Order: sequence, then structure tokens, then C-alpha cells
Amino acid sequence: MRPGDAAEALREHFGDTVTDVSHFRGEATALVDRVAVVDVAGFCKEGLGFDFLVDLTCVDWLDREPRFDVVYHLLSSSDWQRLRLKLHTDPDVSVPSVSGVWGAANWAEREVFDLFGVEFENHPDLRRLLLPDGWTGHPLRKDYPQSQITLPRPRGDKTFE
Amino acid sequence: MVATEQTERRGETMILNMGPQHPSTHGVLRLLLELDGETVISVTPDIGYLHTGIEKTGERLKYQQAITLTDRMGYLDNMLDELAYVLAVEKLLGIDVPERVKWVRVLFSELERISSHCVWIGTHALDLGALSMFMYAFRDREMVLDIKELVSGVRMMTSYFRVGGLMADLPADFEPKVREFLRTMPGRIDDYEELLTRNELFVERTKGIGVIPTETAINMGCSGPTIRASGLPYDLRKQTPYSGYDNFDFETVLGQNGDVYDRFLCRVGEMRQSLRIVEQALEGMPDGPWRIDDRKIAYPPKDEIVTSMESLIHHFKLFTEGLKPPAGEVYNAIEGARGEMGYYVVSDGSGKPYRFHMRAPSFYNLQALPLMAHRYLVSDIIAIIGSIDIVLGEVDR
Repeated sequence: MRPGDAAEALREHFGDTVTDVSHFRGEATALVDRVAVVDVAGFCKEGLGFDFLVDLTCVDWLDREPRFDVVYHLLSSSDWQRLRLKLHTDPDVSVPSVSGVWGAANWAEREVFDLFGVEFENHPDLRRLLLPDGWTGHPLRKDYPQSQITLPRPRGDKTFE
Repeated sequence: MVATEQTERRGETMILNMGPQHPSTHGVLRLLLELDGETVISVTPDIGYLHTGIEKTGERLKYQQAITLTDRMGYLDNMLDELAYVLAVEKLLGIDVPERVKWVRVLFSELERISSHCVWIGTHALDLGALSMFMYAFRDREMVLDIKELVSGVRMMTSYFRVGGLMADLPADFEPKVREFLRTMPGRIDDYEELLTRNELFVERTKGIGVIPTETAINMGCSGPTIRASGLPYDLRKQTPYSGYDNFDFETVLGQNGDVYDRFLCRVGEMRQSLRIVEQALEGMPDGPWRIDDRKIAYPPKDEIVTSMESLIHHFKLFTEGLKPPAGEVYNAIEGARGEMGYYVVSDGSGKPYRFHMRAPSFYNLQALPLMAHRYLVSDIIAIIGSIDIVLGEVDR
């Protein structure tokens, strides 16, 4: 399979759910509908052989509507091709979690939740990952100041026995 | 994470805190172990103690400046970090670098891999009680640090790879230094193997421990020796060669059982393969320029700046505005010492990356730790953590 073929196969299979396919520097990106992402992910894994989720992250386009891009980087262990999935979302809506499809998504989604405040539906354990439990705000959002000094409360309000 | 809840649910178990300050967590990692006697029922890693907001800081720096940050993420194989980032920016710019640059980059990648594996073998064996290994491995790593110091002036945070080339050309005494390293190192690796590979105590502690089947490892996004020990030839140097790796003759070392011992064998085998690559790179090192001849990307030489107005303007523009890739996004991955090391760089057309994200191999390998550790003993956890060779700097970023 050549790079880009997978993105076309995806569009063929899902029709309008895959709203856009773009190519840049030899990398293919498929823009998918937020609500259908678990179906698309499942098809990528089972139908197209993308058994690795190598990376999951987010980009904040502050002034754009919808505001966030959630980005999935996939890799196939049969022909070592890559595909990028992308979806648009907003701070007040939640994205279906793909942690049921790839176990690797668990921490990655927690990190996005922690640093961007994007919520994931049906995630087994959606907690902050890197920052302490009592932290306010999401540092990788573009409107979070670079030099803000907020001292966090002691780690969580929980006690350990 | 609340201790009482778990205890009530499962009956006679005990919660034990391991870390964050514990010598065998290799950094500041905290593990919440749920134990039934000495058997581990569940492990909950708690990370973030080294979180310094590197990705946020990267958005504030110019493309060239952000190289210094990459050094600090995977501080044991920092030149591989630099390479991954620099290649990503070069991909974004759509440029190709001179042959000599590629070969130097390959040479240093492999030196870094050896030095990183030296730290791993030293600390891993130390955790399992082989104290002298630590001294031997760190002594040998010193040779690589000396070579790095020779070319860049710094032992660890080198920033030697630059967008479009290198910081400077290789110095004259570089070749003899590397040759000496090539002469010494094979014997040293033999020593390591003599001390550990058939050492009964070591084999007892590692064989059949922390097994992860290939499917599980794939599902958890494991990479590097962690997954190659399970038998999957996931080596980006072979599968999707970058920076001229297709010119080199080497083998991907694979394991079969996916246990701690196989991960050990994989890494030791890799050190030998890396030596082969270093030797080939040194033998066939092409002459030529050590940076790209494009004044919009690489800094003009100093003597040109004082004689040519145009060079001065380029110099000024590069330092004040930075290089400006077209708007777009790229993801570039290389084979780090721990696995797939990727950079996702988003450009909005300005001189600073709009989004600067690192895909850390340790992050995903560590995530699989609970699956590897299930139903083993507490003492095995130490062996398993050592075998996945985490660097908390790149996990927490």
C-alpha cells in the first residue's frame, strides 16, 4: 500500500464521515467526524492493518471554530505505513475514547485531558496524568500564560493508608 | 488511587508505595503496588514528577532554539532526540542535507545508542545486585561523552545537530578517538556478557520474568528493544530508513520470549550492531559541506558576514525572526535507544513552532508496565522496570 492509499480507502468505506483527505510532505491526513471516530479507528485497525497507535495528541487553534484538533498517528506493522487521523472538537463537547481499540490510547488521552482539557467519553480512567490532581487550568491551551505562577495544592485531597 | 477502596474490594491485600524517591525507579517515578503477600496484584504508575512543560516552552522558542529543549527530554540519548526533531523540521522545510551530514548523524546516533545502553546495563545490573557492572558501564560511557565533548564542547546537552546540518565540522582528532573507542568497546561488551549473560544469579532473576506477548505489546504501542524482545522486527532504521541508514549493513536483533532476559540480550546485541554501523560510518565518511548551502536556513559563515551585506541581512533575519517553514504539520519518527522517538511539529508559517510535541518511547513502554508486572513478585518489578529502560525526562516532558 502506498502512502495515501489508506486515507482513500477510508474515504471510500466511510463516505461523508471522512470529510477531508490531505497530503503534505508525503504524509496523509484524514479528517474524520468526531462522533464516528471509534468506528473509523476500528476499521483502521481491523480492515487496514494499522495495529499501532503511535501517538495521540492535540492542537489548540485558539480563534478557530471548532477550537481543537485531536490528532492520531497510526502505524501498520505489516507494511510500516503511517496514517494520520484528525478530528475537530470544542472544549465543551467530549470525544469518544479509542482506548477500547488501542490500549496505548489510555495514557495519551489522559495527557490530552490534562494539558488541553479535552474530555474523552467512555475512557476507563480519565484523570490528570502529569499535573497534580488539584491543578487548575490546562497549560497547553494557547490562552494559558507561559509565565503564570500558581502553586498547586498538595497532591489531591486524598489520604493514603 | 485511594488505598482503602482497593483493599475493601479485594480483601487481604496491601498497598505499597514505591518511589518517587527510590533508587531503582530510574528517575522520579512512583508506583502504587497492590500486593498479596509478595505477589503483585496490580501496579498503578504515577508519573509527572519531572513535568517541566517542555512542549509549552517549545512554542515560545524559534525552531533553532527548540533544539536545546530536545536534549533535555531524553537526556541519555539526547543526540537521537536532536536528530528526530531536526529531521522533522527539515521535512517541514522540504530540504535535503549533504551526504556528509547524514553520515555524521548516523555515526553519532549509534554512539548515543551504545552510551545509552551502557547506562541501562549498568543500572539494570546494579538493581539486580551486580554492583561492579555499574562502574564498568559508566567507565565505557565516558568514552562516548568525551567524543561528544570533542565535537560540541558539551558532554551531554550537545545541540550538535542543527536544522540543515551540524554545529561545526568534525575536528581533526575525532577519527583517532572513535577508532580507539571501536578498538576498546567490543572487548568491553564481551566483559559485560561474561559477567551477566550466563551468570546464574542474573539469569534466575530475569528469565521468564515480565513476559509481554507480541499482541499485547503492539496494543500498548511498545517499541524499541521492549517489543523486539517479543519478536516483532519494529526497527525504523530498517523498516523506513532515514538519514541514509539504507547504506549500512546491520541486523535487527530480535528476541523470542519477550521477557526481561530477552530484552537484555536484545540490547547487548544492539550494542554490537551499533559498533558495526559506527565503523562503517567512519570508514565511508564522505567529504563535503557540513551544512546546507541555503542562507535562509543555515547561518552564513562568520567571515562572510563581515564582507557581504546580503550575508549580514540573512544572519540578522535568522537570529531575529528564525527560519520560517511553510504552514503545515509533520510527524517524523526515528529509532531511538528505547524505541520510536517521534516529533510532531505544527507550523503556522511563523518562526516558532505552533505546536511542538514529542512522542516518547518510554511513555508508551512504561504504560505497559502493569501488564508486564501482573502476578510477579515485588523483587521482579525492579527487574522489569530496569528492562524497559525508562527515562523519566521524556515520559513527563
